[in-house]
Amino acid sequence: MSQINIKVAAIEQVTPLIKHFTFVREDGQLFPVFSGGSHVVVSMNINGRIQRNPYSLMGNPEETEAYHISVRRQEKSRGGSLHMHDALKVGDSLQITFPVNLFALEKRAHKHLLIAGGIGITPFMSQVADLERNKANYELHYAYRAPEHGAFSKEIKANIGNKLITYVQSEGGELNLRELLSNQPLGTHVYVCGPGPMVVAMIETARSLGWPENHIHSEQFTAPPTGEAFKVKLSKTQIEITVPPEMSLLEAIEAAGVDAPYLCRGGACGRCELEVVCTDGNLLHHDHYLSDAEKAAGKKIMPCVSRAKCDLLEVVL
Amino acid sequence: MSLAFKKETFRDDYTYKNSVEAIKRFPFPFPEDVYMYSVNMEPHNKGPKGAVTEFTFDIDEHYVSECLDKVKTLDLDRGRYAVLPHMMDAQWDFLELTMESMSADYPHLFTLTRDGKNWTWENKPLDLKRSFVFGDTSTLDMEPFEYMSRQVQGDFVLLDQRNDTLYADAGFITSQADWSLNFDVGMAWHEWHGPVPQVTKLGVMDRALKYLMSMQLGSPVRRLNWTMTINPRLDTSPENYPLWGSDRNTVTPENVGDKVHLRVELQTLFRLPRSNGLLFSIRCYLVSMEDLTTFPRWAKRFHRILRDLHSDLAEYKGLVKFREMTVQWLSKFDDGADIGIGTHPE
Repeated sequence: MSQINIKVAAIEQVTPLIKHFTFVREDGQLFPVFSGGSHVVVSMNINGRIQRNPYSLMGNPEETEAYHISVRRQEKSRGGSLHMHDALKVGDSLQITFPVNLFALEKRAHKHLLIAGGIGITPFMSQVADLERNKANYELHYAYRAPEHGAFSKEIKANIGNKLITYVQSEGGELNLRELLSNQPLGTHVYVCGPGPMVVAMIETARSLGWPENHIHSEQFTAPPTGEAFKVKLSKTQIEITVPPEMSLLEAIEAAGVDAPYLCRGGACGRCELEVVCTDGNLLHHDHYLSDAEKAAGKKIMPCVSRAKCDLLEVVL
Repeated sequence: MSLAFKKETFRDDYTYKNSVEAIKRFPFPFPEDVYMYSVNMEPHNKGPKGAVTEFTFDIDEHYVSECLDKVKTLDLDRGRYAVLPHMMDAQWDFLELTMESMSADYPHLFTLTRDGKNWTWENKPLDLKRSFVFGDTSTLDMEPFEYMSRQVQGDFVLLDQRNDTLYADAGFITSQADWSLNFDVGMAWHEWHGPVPQVTKLGVMDRALKYLMSMQLGSPVRRLNWTMTINPRLDTSPENYPLWGSDRNTVTPENVGDKVHLRVELQTLFRLPRSNGLLFSIRCYLVSMEDLTTFPRWAKRFHRILRDLHSDLAEYKGLVKFREMTVQWLSKFDDGADIGIGTHPE
């Protein structure tokens, strides 16, 4: 995949758990313009192990001197967010992919209803810039735990005024999804990004109210879960690799020097799909891409987030 | 490349001709003796000096006459240009991509001056100069997609990505190989590829769609497609079928070399930045049998391709009327020798 070499230009602690990183290009050029809702995949070297995490771009897509991402500190994780928070310094060099958009605005919508929970606000910050530029009809509903966790709410309020509606849980603010989704004009599209339970609740509420499936949009990146080690055999290249507990199947394949396709690295896009030849155990699917029937059939696996509980898994690569 | 643009026509008296250099750089599409549809995509990286892939958009000796022909076709039928309203971001993406790459690749022909949103574009071959505000359509005489489509050789389709597929939601189509923009605009991927034979059972269209939907910014791709045209005519549209369809009946063993043309499309695809749409560009190259056979390798290869082509494909491409005669004419150049793999001429 094409990569852009970047430098960390600024790091800002925005909330007790969230840091905002500003990237500039190492060659001094401008970044490409992007579309609201896009993400980039950041490559980091954690003690010799290459980890790649997707993060939404949250700046104005037309301002191409810098790209902006925010990272929430996740204590129980494989170390990507801790590396970004604790090891990364201003001036450090990294690589990112070109922007990819798996959470695009539907341009024909009569109204856009954006629903954010916590750090899930980031993709909406670039989308709001696009919506303002195109003078679109929209509302941004933003829920967070306590005032000190409302990253960027002041900044967004200054930009879009009363199109931002906030819900602060510690102050009794409650986002009533059923009420909100019940009172929307025909032709509205709804978009949600936030914690898993919130995303599921929004999708189920919209479905139960009869919203058309293609008017419901969500973005949810899964971090690759850890698990037990297992062996994988690549049938075309005839290479055998051990996937250690803290590495994803995709990362282990890459570490063995094999070039595998990917886009989101969060189980959402389907680009890294591999065909399963056989396994002597069970596949542990963690992606949002395959249907339940495909997962049960066991013929495909998304190596960016899924793994296997087995001694040997053979895939076509 | 020098500034020598030919004065020629693609209709009526058909004065279109390729120079020796233009024949040599013709994008001959057959690396092997047999042909079947495939997703023959490759990265649209800069090709060798002088090749049609040297630059993002190829400007050649036919540039000025071809742009005039495009405008003539559009003036006669405004339906060759169609854009759905939600494609405005994609229109500006197209203007930006064409202006930036043409001015960077051919600085002696095109210049772009940017001062924030205030842009000035100069096109020397067409003698145009225009200042406008990027993003403000009222500062151009026409929509940005039409403005630049008139100034680049080829046809252009803007695709919107939604509902897990691609929609052809805008087009500037004046040199098409017998398909209709008016008919296809607003259609989804599988709808507009419905008529292509032999591909459904191969699963080619599903794989191609998945590939295109994950195309990335900064990594354009290309492929070659081909058909054949009688006389060097760009506008072989269904709308104008009465003007060119009967030309197929005028081919005789004596005029094959002059009348029958191999038509190759250099198709390129780009992910567009602000719209997240795709640009599909279809650039047409025409070469007569007479000119093609100046290279013995191409004469032998094309003889074998045309002779052994699956009848469904010959039907779909509209070659049936003159195929036999052309195969006959080409056979005198083919001694049956093994010419190996590769599209290169001698």
